[in-house]
Amino acid sequence: MKLVTAIIQPHRVDEVRAALEAAGVKGVTVSEAAGYGRQKGHTEVYRGAEYTVDLVPKTRLEVLVDDADAPTVTEAIVSAAQTGKIGDGKVWVVPVDDVARVRTGEHGADAL
Amino acid sequence: MEDAMAYADGVGAVAWLLVSASLVLLMTPALAFFYGGMSRSKSVLNMMMMSFGAMGVGVLAWVLVGYSISAGDTMNDIIGDPGYDFGMIATMESGDAAGIISAGFGATFAIITVALISGAVADRMKFGAWMLFAFVWVILVYAPVSHWVWGDGFAALLGPDGPWFGDLPGPYDFAGGTVVHINAGVAALVLALLLGVRKGFGKEPFKPHNLPFVMLGAALLWFGWFGFNAGSAFAADGYAAIAWVNTTVATGIAMLGWLLTEKIRDGKATSLGAASGVVAGLVAITPSCASVDTWGAIIIGFLAGVFSALAVGLKYKLGYDDSLDVVGVHLVSGLWGTLAIGLVASGTINGDAGLFYGGGITLLGVQALAALVVIVYSAIATLIIGLAIKYTIGLRVTEEVEVSGIDLAEHGESAYEEAV
Repeated sequence: MKLVTAIIQPHRVDEVRAALEAAGVKGVTVSEAAGYGRQKGHTEVYRGAEYTVDLVPKTRLEVLVDDADAPTVTEAIVSAAQTGKIGDGKVWVVPVDDVARVRTGEHGADAL
Repeated sequence: MEDAMAYADGVGAVAWLLVSASLVLLMTPALAFFYGGMSRSKSVLNMMMMSFGAMGVGVLAWVLVGYSISAGDTMNDIIGDPGYDFGMIATMESGDAAGIISAGFGATFAIITVALISGAVADRMKFGAWMLFAFVWVILVYAPVSHWVWGDGFAALLGPDGPWFGDLPGPYDFAGGTVVHINAGVAALVLALLLGVRKGFGKEPFKPHNLPFVMLGAALLWFGWFGFNAGSAFAADGYAAIAWVNTTVATGIAMLGWLLTEKIRDGKATSLGAASGVVAGLVAITPSCASVDTWGAIIIGFLAGVFSALAVGLKYKLGYDDSLDVVGVHLVSGLWGTLAIGLVASGTINGDAGLFYGGGITLLGVQALAALVVIVYSAIATLIIGLAIKYTIGLRVTEEVEVSGIDLAEHGESAYEEAV
């Protein structure tokens, strides 16, 4: 099993969710995140005083998938989240030892 | 608050004064939102509490002796007799509706004036020190200054035909350019200097945490200001109507002036700029709202927006932490509005016209002198009160409290529950 984590532009979330659904993914965890990469921050001006805001708002998506589905799901996220501009984000995949479904107590692939 | 008792007669005037006093009272909680939105989320409650606190100690100070010093018989050519009406008992028993509500109207002015100062001391002033300061300041600064400018109507010391300016034209201050805005602006500067800058001033961003609050506050201030300016006619008469229209014209145009300045300088027209422009316009038209025609209101409003938008940056250059720009908005636009009477007064009051309306330069000079008297007195008196508190109970919270947030340390509360 793999955990696919994606940090993307908040305004691409709907497209990515649609793509995940099309790829057969049944569940996703979404959270607000903040950070910076090569994009760096942006500046804001309040009563003429300029402030550099280092951390840019992003959205984090986490999906647990079967090993075989990981490449498809990763590609689905990348193509749906892509705008081609700096700040589009990153997607990474890490191995997962075990997963348990809380409701039934199932383990491993059955719990996905 | 010009010429209190002379005009206020008849049920119409009393009705309008009852409404006006209620409107002006609303300005202080409105200010709490205006300032609260501009402060940081860890100190918004303290900021709002300084306004609410002023409503408590301000009204107490007014009822005890503030009203007597402001409206009482002049003693030694200086202030109203503090023993004139202790506790306002005689006024309340007089049966004179206009006189009673005028005393109440005065209380709402005292409250908002001292509350304005709190914007300069964000994040770092002990709440107890603030409450003491506000109580003493209303008695020792607001009340005497209001007596000089408005005390005996047109015979006020600092008013037109008063002993200090004699037969010269003016000075005029219809609703409080000197008494309220210059007075509070100078006090704010002195208190900010006494307190010192916040940790990180000029380096870290002190971003407003809730701009919708700021806009809500500005909207309610504008609404309340109709009582402030039009109510200062002490009658539902022509002056009140002129004041209402000029207040709206100058305020709308001041917002445009501020936004235009920002657009040219920073590239964007901001919501904080719109809210600030509204307040700058309200401040500037306060002394002149019954003295100018529509063109005068447009000029006063537009330049108030421009001047204050430029002035708010001064604190970074000069190094005083006037946190929410009480100096940049209230002192600068208050001074501009007071001086502008000398330039564009159209002669509606006593036929005294400004420089550009054929009145010569005398009125401008008289306006400047009146402003100077208030600046000097407010600075010295505020400094003495501030120093006395600094060396007794102390003015400022510890650095630890300032960094972790004054709300929790001084009030035991936090405004927002972080999501868990």
